[in-house]
Amino acid sequence: MLDQFPAIVVAVPLIASAICAIIRHQTVCWLIALIVCFISFVGSVFILGDVQSGGPVSYAMGGWAPPVGIELRIDELGAYVMILVSLIATAVLIYGRQSVKAEIREDLRGYFYAMYLLCLCGLLGIVITGDAFNAFVFMEISSLAMYTLIALGHDRRALAASFQYLIMGTVGATMYVIGVGLLFTLTGTLNLVDMSDQLAPQLASPAAIAGMAFIVVGLSLKVALFPLHLWLPNAYAFAPSVVTSFLAATATKVSIYLLMRYLYSVFGFGFAIEQTPIPEMVLLLSVAAIFAGSFTAIFQENVKRMLAYSSVAQIGYITLGIAIANATGLTGSLVHIFNHAVMKGALFMLIGGIALQIGTVRLSDLAGAGRQMPLTFFGFVLGGFSMLGVPGTVGFVSKWYLAIGALENGWWWLVILLMLSSLLVLVYMGRVIEIAFFRERPAGAPVLSDPPKAMIMTSWVFILACIYLGFDTGFTVGVAQDAVSALLAGGGR
Amino acid sequence: MEGLNELAFVLGGVNHWITVFLIMAGLYIIVSRSNMIKKLVGLGIFQTSVYLLYVSPAKVIGGTAPIIDEAFTVYSNPLPHVLILTAIVVGVATLALGLAITVRINEEYGSIEEDDIYQGEDWT
Repeated sequence: MLDQFPAIVVAVPLIASAICAIIRHQTVCWLIALIVCFISFVGSVFILGDVQSGGPVSYAMGGWAPPVGIELRIDELGAYVMILVSLIATAVLIYGRQSVKAEIREDLRGYFYAMYLLCLCGLLGIVITGDAFNAFVFMEISSLAMYTLIALGHDRRALAASFQYLIMGTVGATMYVIGVGLLFTLTGTLNLVDMSDQLAPQLASPAAIAGMAFIVVGLSLKVALFPLHLWLPNAYAFAPSVVTSFLAATATKVSIYLLMRYLYSVFGFGFAIEQTPIPEMVLLLSVAAIFAGSFTAIFQENVKRMLAYSSVAQIGYITLGIAIANATGLTGSLVHIFNHAVMKGALFMLIGGIALQIGTVRLSDLAGAGRQMPLTFFGFVLGGFSMLGVPGTVGFVSKWYLAIGALENGWWWLVILLMLSSLLVLVYMGRVIEIAFFRERPAGAPVLSDPPKAMIMTSWVFILACIYLGFDTGFTVGVAQDAVSALLAGGGR
Repeated sequence: MEGLNELAFVLGGVNHWITVFLIMAGLYIIVSRSNMIKKLVGLGIFQTSVYLLYVSPAKVIGGTAPIIDEAFTVYSNPLPHVLILTAIVVGVATLALGLAITVRINEEYGSIEEDDIYQGEDWT
């Protein structure tokens, strides 16, 4: 039973998704989804235990031994990302029942849970698979489910956002598959470990370089690395609140994982980082992402869209670690994958509560709401501190590692830029807090209260996690450091 | 001789030239058209280029389907063909979803021109 976990965590959501689509009863589907997400979470925790005690887990799908058969392969980084995805999926479901009822049409709610599980299956699949083409199929499973989830938003702009994402996401995935095709023609294998071995002597060949270029650009589209982020703000802003909380915390993170796996494990540190201009490009684009994202966030009227632009900036912090390319910087990057998911998940959950109680998330409608919804907005303030990187929160931990990593490279100017970017975060988060707490509620506006207990409690668990993980960095930094030493040693093999 | 070599390069890689042409044509349609149906057509062409990229190098001239029989010794590589079967299914699913969203957009906005949709609405 225990050694079947790698298959179970992906197969169970897939099967349960079909069951949900048949049953369609919202409460039953919700319960099934919750149980399934929890099974995936428990499975991921067990797999991490296995990896920590006995090295990377390899599972031959259907009994066909790799490299001929499809291999499921999980190293420490993979297990870490799987725990993150399944944990967020479980928490968002506990949180989201009321929000789903408020924002999604009754006859579609069963299908909503089916799509949610399908998306989870795809995201976990990308992380777990050791096969290049299999990763593409899982990527498309998760993406198609995501387009549907986004289009379920009650605003008609959600449809346009979903279409935009569909076009750009498919272009990204197709570019990835073109890259895989080139590498496959060159090496004759799809197994990532085997491919890496076959590629090593012929990395200088034009086909390998073209393949790498296609894969990096395609995945960057999925990651929403500036300037390929155009699909992200509208998709996050107009999707149902539950979907935004889930996607913002997981979807881009999984793509970053795949990108890192290609750069460090398949092409290898010695080639991808040392002999190509990829780090310089990523450095430039990450800094541009941090400033352009934060700066645009300042001018948003819609709070969800503001946080979406802030996500573009935060993705910049994560990719910055790839560019810094030393152990400390990469640790910062991996820690930020987890930390950003926790804090952005918490903030989007709180925003979902606001959307439920007030009906809109426009800044002008939040005037004075802080005093009537104290728990929600106090959580928002703490989440804001974390985004800012105040010591004692998770935001500080990741920025600290990135800054030290930059100093190790002698890039003191980058540290100054990091500090300046925090000021921009102060402006846009401060704006929301100022309006919510220090403006008068307009006369005659309905009296507000905090959202239902399930929503506020789940959000607060994540807010408290932002603070707890800011002090006790044992899990995040510990796992990240192990994963980094594996990555730098040629990684996840 | 020089000229012949170049001719051989151009003709020998004719499948790749067609792939490159399809990639560029698809991308150009996606970027340049504002009509959503036309964008999906472009996307279809873009994805089709991949099918050719995988399948054409896998075809062994004179080779048959990989069925073991004493009469044949040369087989085409079946793996890329199977991969592309999967990719075609993915492409069909994407196209179906794209068309479904376009129908819904037409119901809500009364237009499938992206220009109309983005101009008539406040996105901030």
